[in-house]
Amino acid sequence: MEPVAHFDKAGVSLGGRPVLRGLDLIVAPREIVGISGPNGSGKTTLIRTAATLTTPDRGSVTILGKDTRGRDLGATRRSIGMIGHSPGLIGELTLGENLDHVARLAGIERARVGRALDVVGLGEVAGRRAEASSFGMRRRVEIARLLLTKPRLLLLDEAASGLDEAARQLIDALVESVCAREGACIVVSHDRAHLDGLCTRVTSLAGGSLEGSSA
Amino acid sequence: MSFWRQALEIARVDLTVEQRVGSTLRITLPFAVVALIVFPLALGLQLGVISAIGVGVFWALGILYGMQVALRQSATDGRERRDLHALLGVDPAARFTGRVISGGVLMVGFLLVLLGAMTVLFDPLLPEGAWPVLLLSTLLVAIGLTELATLAGEVTSGLSNRSVLASLIVAPLALPLIIGASQSVGALERDTSILPWILLLIASDLALAVAGVGLAQPLEEATR
Repeated sequence: MEPVAHFDKAGVSLGGRPVLRGLDLIVAPREIVGISGPNGSGKTTLIRTAATLTTPDRGSVTILGKDTRGRDLGATRRSIGMIGHSPGLIGELTLGENLDHVARLAGIERARVGRALDVVGLGEVAGRRAEASSFGMRRRVEIARLLLTKPRLLLLDEAASGLDEAARQLIDALVESVCAREGACIVVSHDRAHLDGLCTRVTSLAGGSLEGSSA
Repeated sequence: MSFWRQALEIARVDLTVEQRVGSTLRITLPFAVVALIVFPLALGLQLGVISAIGVGVFWALGILYGMQVALRQSATDGRERRDLHALLGVDPAARFTGRVISGGVLMVGFLLVLLGAMTVLFDPLLPEGAWPVLLLSTLLVAIGLTELATLAGEVTSGLSNRSVLASLIVAPLALPLIIGASQSVGALERDTSILPWILLLIASDLALAVAGVGLAQPLEEATR
């Protein structure tokens, strides 16, 4: 079966400094790969490269069968869901309006917005402005966004940090739902115990290379 | 989702945010009107001079403060929002177009209010038939200036001194707009054809639209 993500000796440099070095990683459908590592080891760059937002300057990265150095990545990108360090919400809009904006841009039926907000427990506070909401609430909107867009590759970059237990369970449920659709997940976290409990495979990144990867 | 639906959605949200932030209505517009008031006071209330320079002052202040309308903070996307748009498959050209639509709506409103204030304060000497030309020029300048500032905003995206750099890019490149606008009314005074100047404005608007749409994708990739 075709891998969801395939890093083939991928190297990424940022500002002339190599961040990922000859990285090899194959993520198969239904696989949940956990990645830990110290600060500055390249975890976020790995996630952004898998999201096609950063392009490798050596080797190749293929996501859902598409080489990320190619053009016309729109369809591939629509199949990728990412939660990064900071929630990308528009502060002046309400939580509900933020999700509605996503639904409109993604061409998703807007009736599903209310249901997604209910699932993540934000139904009662959907009218609250994002800038006046807690980090946890804004994070839940991102989880609701991924419930709407139903990605095949889910990328979580410290997505659970700073969240309460209920929100962490929502993320775990989101991961399971992606795998149930023959998708896959890459989860980056400093919390090794959380990774061990959630992932089918856990590896660590150091100096831009994964354990066992050739540099 | 189609290109135009994406563009209109970007514009809709931009205008909603601007309605709530109110930087154009509450900050830029009052400052521009105050600047209009300062001119007659600085000239010592010489009514003849004030009437003669009214339209010129309008264009100068319109361009300078209009840049601030187009480069307003609410039209700036952080990295997270740009990433989100990319992952939702939003066409960068549609995002540029949406920004131009929302910025253009604000710019037209801003320039029309400024034009009204200038008319009241300066009682400008205008040749016969000047108002339709002035309104057409205002519309074309609003479109061109918004396109230019949106493009400059994309070029300087992610830079810490973005607003200063973008203004420095826009000011010299807006020269064809200010020349076309001022000369179109001037041509009426000289009893010559306004067509070359209106065509200059239209050509500038079209060139900026083509540049903005064509460069949207490479700029998006370069500034990520």
